Amino acid sequence: MNWILVGIVLTTFVVLGSSRITTRIKAVAIQGGLLSVLQFVARGSLFDIHGALLFGITFFIKTIIIPLLIFRSIRGISMRVDKEPKVSSHSLLLTLGLITTISFLNINTFPLAVGATISSLLIPSALTTVLTGLLILVTKTKATNQIIGFLILENGVFTFGMTIVSEFPTIVEVGVLLDILVGVFIMGIMIYQINRTFDDIDTKSLSLLGDA
Amino acid sequence: MVVIIMILVLLAFLALGMKDERWRPLLKKIMISGALLHNAATIALFFFRQQVAWKDYVSVDDISIIFTALISIIFTMVAIYSTSYLPLRRLSEVNESGMNIYVACMLFFLATMTLAVSTLHIGVLWIAIESTTLASAPLIYYRQNKRSLEAAWKYLLICSVGIALALLGIFFVVASTRGTGANLSLGSLIANARQFNPGLLRLGFILILIGFGTKMGLAPMHNWLPDAHSEAPSPISALLSATLLNCALLGIIRFFQICVAAGLAKFASDLLIIFGLFSLFVAAVFISFQKNYKRLLAYSSVEHMGIIALGMGIGADFASLLHVVGHSLTKALLFLTAGNILLLYKTKLAPDVSGLLRTSRPTGVLFTAGCLAVLGLPPFLPFISEFLILQKGISGGYTMAMVLYLLFLGIIFVSVTKTILPMVRGKQKISVNMKLPATLILPPMILLLIVVFLGIYLPHNVASLVDLAARSISRIFG
Repeated sequence: MNWILVGIVLTTFVVLGSSRITTRIKAVAIQGGLLSVLQFVARGSLFDIHGALLFGITFFIKTIIIPLLIFRSIRGISMRVDKEPKVSSHSLLLTLGLITTISFLNINTFPLAVGATISSLLIPSALTTVLTGLLILVTKTKATNQIIGFLILENGVFTFGMTIVSEFPTIVEVGVLLDILVGVFIMGIMIYQINRTFDDIDTKSLSLLGDA
Repeated sequence: MVVIIMILVLLAFLALGMKDERWRPLLKKIMISGALLHNAATIALFFFRQQVAWKDYVSVDDISIIFTALISIIFTMVAIYSTSYLPLRRLSEVNESGMNIYVACMLFFLATMTLAVSTLHIGVLWIAIESTTLASAPLIYYRQNKRSLEAAWKYLLICSVGIALALLGIFFVVASTRGTGANLSLGSLIANARQFNPGLLRLGFILILIGFGTKMGLAPMHNWLPDAHSEAPSPISALLSATLLNCALLGIIRFFQICVAAGLAKFASDLLIIFGLFSLFVAAVFISFQKNYKRLLAYSSVEHMGIIALGMGIGADFASLLHVVGHSLTKALLFLTAGNILLLYKTKLAPDVSGLLRTSRPTGVLFTAGCLAVLGLPPFLPFISEFLILQKGISGGYTMAMVLYLLFLGIIFVSVTKTILPMVRGKQKISVNMKLPATLILPPMILLLIVVFLGIYLPHNVASLVDLAARSISRIFG
């Protein structure tokens, strides 16, 4: 279980550190895969129809469909490398390092009672992932990057959810996943429209509205 | 309720497929029949209180009935209004998404909102509220221009992130139930709330307040709201402001109920008061120099959400719920009338509009009356609720909060009248020759009549329903 958690944290580093959008999407896909395995492990029982089904659905949505959707929406958009980061990737990585350190230093102060089957690294990793998602959302301006930030945030929230995995009914989890899927689908359509309207997917050009 | 939600979703899929121009009349009929079906279901709800439809996933209590009724009335009016508004707007705006998308999204939107207000399961509640965002984003982008694209993107991203935080909050709340045997239905959560871990519950409530507060339009998370409301087609603005914000509010109310039951009433109310007053402050500032009348109305929604949060915070539950009713009806009326003004003058800027009473007398009267109502003047319904909140606040010892409340309301009153009166009165700068059909006048007229009627005489049934709902919020508090 610890290895999976370490993997989840490392993928967030990959997302922040790489300059290619395709690498980022792949990293998010891997993170989704790790998350679905984590969910399977956290349930504790290996041969459980419920768990297997949920594993299948999570894996399918988070690792296959969502990345494909994002790839599809950026197809035909020329610049796959994002050149003009508002904040340099060095300082972003340093910030992420800081976030990780702080999250893991306070490992014992979180009030969440972690069950016996759950690793104590879970809460710090989840916190790191959530905060990274927010970091990406506030520093990146490209529409795709904002979606990736949103997905990482969502993955972090899901990792938190592992602490209560036994209480949550399957139907609700599937509903949550479906919502995210549709959300990404609509965001993908919007990226296409933003690109068509502005010849760019930088959300900096979305600045017409405001209070005069 | 389950049946009606399913029918709506089916109708929506059906509508999605009718892309061709020749299906237009049929699409309108589908939309209206969806609305009528919903009406029928709501009326049935009043008479046969079927408490549990499908476990706790779809099940109603007193609060749900009020919110469902509001959704039902307003959606019907908006649906009737849209049938003639959209063709008329097409004369001046070239781009649009097409009637099939419009009708399909409207029906999806209606279905998800109905689910959001008629569930007592906090997981399903989250799913439904998130789906309302997804169903309404294409509606905001209906005009397909740069401005609406920006508004829709902001709306989608800000609300999704907010709601992701709310999910985190729900996880914390669920984690706080550990060891008490409570499941995720509201009833069992409230019954066992005493034994919850208070630290986790507090954390959860903060996250949920921020998350659903984003959607509800509480400042400082309200940034998407003026953009979305001003760029969406007017009937959609009416729906967003009058029903969507209520759904998010309901999300907060549900968790407020849990906090009250857990003995954290003081903590949760203080948070609500702070957010409420801050929303009032932000609204007062931005309304004071607002030139775009649709944005003005949007900020007025921020203001009223602030009033409702403040009212819940000081324990005026009855007045707050009454204010929800008053605000929804009035704001729907105002946005629909704003749509008429847009049709007549083809501008959203208030200084360019003048002599509304001369151009179209009914629109002018409706707009003036609506604005007076939304400002809280008698004899309209919002006056009663705002006054009750004030009364409760002063008798409850919240003097400072009430002084600020009156101050902000005063500022808003002056600024709104300063903007609105020149629009309504004065000479016509440009002569407008356009006859508005009755379907554009009647829906807001009916809403106005309801607001006036409820303001003068609150029927016993309505009052007792709101009272019952209010009691369910503060069962232990009061």
